[in-house]
Amino acid sequence: MKTNYREALRMALREALASDPRVFLMGEDVGRYGGSYAVSKGLLDEFGPERVRDTPLSELGFVGAGVGAALGGMRPIVEIMTVNFSLLAMDQIVNGAATLRHMSGGQLHVPLVIRMATGAGRQLAAQHSHSFEGWYAHVPGLRVLAPATLSDARGMLAPALACPDPVILFEHVRLYNLEGELEDDPDAWRCDIRSAAVRRVGDAVTLVAYGGSLLRAMEAAEQLSDEGIEAEVIDLRVLRPLDVAPLLDSVHKTHRAVVVDEGWKSGSLSAEIVARLMEGAFYDLDAPVARVCSEEVPMPYALPLEEAVLPQPAKIVTAVKELMGRK
Amino acid sequence: MSEIAVPNRKSSSLAMLTHMLRIRRMEEAAAEWYGAGKIRGYLHLYIGEEAVAAGAIPCFGEQDDVVATYREHGHALVRGVPMNSIMAEMFGKASGCSHGRGGSMHLFDASRRFYGGNAIVGGGLPLAVGLALAAHMQGEARVAACFFGEGAVAEGAFHESMNLAALWKLPVLFCCENNLYAMGTALERSESQTDLCAKAESYKMPALRADGMDVVSVREGTLQALSRVREGAGPVFVEYRTYRFRAHSMFDPELYRDRQEVEDWKRRGPIHTFSARLKAEQGLTEQEFLALDARVMAEVAAAVAFAEAAPFEPVSTLAHNVVAEDGP
Ligand SMILES: Cc1ncc(C[n+]2csc(CCOP(=O)(O)OP(=O)(O)O)c2C)c(N)n1
Repeated sequence: MKTNYREALRMALREALASDPRVFLMGEDVGRYGGSYAVSKGLLDEFGPERVRDTPLSELGFVGAGVGAALGGMRPIVEIMTVNFSLLAMDQIVNGAATLRHMSGGQLHVPLVIRMATGAGRQLAAQHSHSFEGWYAHVPGLRVLAPATLSDARGMLAPALACPDPVILFEHVRLYNLEGELEDDPDAWRCDIRSAAVRRVGDAVTLVAYGGSLLRAMEAAEQLSDEGIEAEVIDLRVLRPLDVAPLLDSVHKTHRAVVVDEGWKSGSLSAEIVARLMEGAFYDLDAPVARVCSEEVPMPYALPLEEAVLPQPAKIVTAVKELMGRK
Repeated sequence: MSEIAVPNRKSSSLAMLTHMLRIRRMEEAAAEWYGAGKIRGYLHLYIGEEAVAAGAIPCFGEQDDVVATYREHGHALVRGVPMNSIMAEMFGKASGCSHGRGGSMHLFDASRRFYGGNAIVGGGLPLAVGLALAAHMQGEARVAACFFGEGAVAEGAFHESMNLAALWKLPVLFCCENNLYAMGTALERSESQTDLCAKAESYKMPALRADGMDVVSVREGTLQALSRVREGAGPVFVEYRTYRFRAHSMFDPELYRDRQEVEDWKRRGPIHTFSARLKAEQGLTEQEFLALDARVMAEVAAAVAFAEAAPFEPVSTLAHNVVAEDGP
């Protein structure tokens, strides 16, 4: 079926709401407004205001209520409009959801799914465009997912809801309109939330990406291919816990790696991946691992500046060529 | 508040009318240029609510601080930020009031003590409390005026800020622009207590209400509240009852309200009702009104031309203004 990323997410939500009475969706403007990125449009009519529940502007409050509802036996899906606003709820996520199992000596658990938009590319400036996935991926107790394909948009929610621990799902804003084919056969998109995936096979260099950066890495790989350089592209999919084995296997074959991440470099997920490669693949490497990340600047509004901040395909191509000693 | 006569000074009335017209015409142009792709990101129009900024902001002195939200074009303009630099900012240009780094949601002008331009709902309130605390500790008579929508009252930041300001008796004027909807969420769908003044009173803060569709009521209410703040007894809360005529932002299909409701409010539009009143009570002529409008339109056209012609900041200076250039 021809569809897009937003529709695929909605299909997954619809299926979850229809198949489990414990599941409900709540967040700011998920109901009447239809969702700030229109993901939940139409679900209010189908499932009613109890299960597609508009909340006041209270990120701390309704995320905390999601934690409580999960403790109380429900399977809440909480939508936060965008990752920047999730910072208002960070306390409930990091001090609450992530720690309760541990602090209670395993008596409690928090089967909560939090979905949020992330990333830049729509000129929304410095309070709506950042990529803080790495901050959440830092925290033990959380599972962090970044669906970057239509099948993952369709497939990741069910295992996330089945997971007994809090799961955060990051939806990159540039992906919502991504169009493509989705198989009718559920086996084609049913997936785990443990493993990284090889999205393109190559032998010259490994590109590691996730979420919105995957598209850029794939684009760069096509350009490199025109010049006879075949890049292998790995989609992390799961940012915590990291599935490192496919990265090590790939680098064992390619001997070179470039990490592509829309987060900043300092203290980041990309830094973590480089460290894992040092720990596990040092002797396989023919060159230092390179990174193409966002410039260390809060996101500017003006288009030329925003574009200059982001890890564009051209920068990835350049980084690969530098690694390979080619111009 | 009770009905208040139009102050019998044609000049101040004309000034308020001019402010409202400038906001309206500037934003109509912004919407047009958004359609043309020259303005991007989120654009939140203030159309319908002009009486609040036009009535309230001139009440504050140069020494006072003004904090606003992402729906702040009008506040910036009335505060004195030049239309050219507001328009250029929306176009993302280096000559914009935030040098193209902020865009529509993040207008700043330090020289006019205009502190933005905050796109985190409720984010400006603690800031205003801090500005007032500074004034208080420095023994200065500044007041911090903080504009925010009724949606923000659900945020913890609202309650924490109200409490701190009241507890420490800080000179904050909380200016709540109640336009009934936070994006698609109506006030009664998000608050158990919809009487916003009662919330303020629960922090032992004096509260009053003004008709946000009537620039005179706004002005009178603001002056009354401001004089209480200036007396030094602590913060005051003002609720301006108003309505936005346009969508929340440019991406909003407006599924949550009736067309008829919008039409009903438009009949109370702040510009045509006030100009009609000036004509009836102060002898403003239709020619004078049209001439004023023409002057405003010319100003807007010039601002657009300025913004279009202005350059983008070069990418070579991208790393500037992240930390102090002469820092450690
Ligand atoms: C912390 C936070 N949560 C959510 C949003 C998304 N958002 C932007 S404007 C808005 C509605 C705010 O309504 P209100 O405060 O009444 O102001 P209005 O837009 O009506 O002027 C929402 C939910 C945000 N910007 N910040």
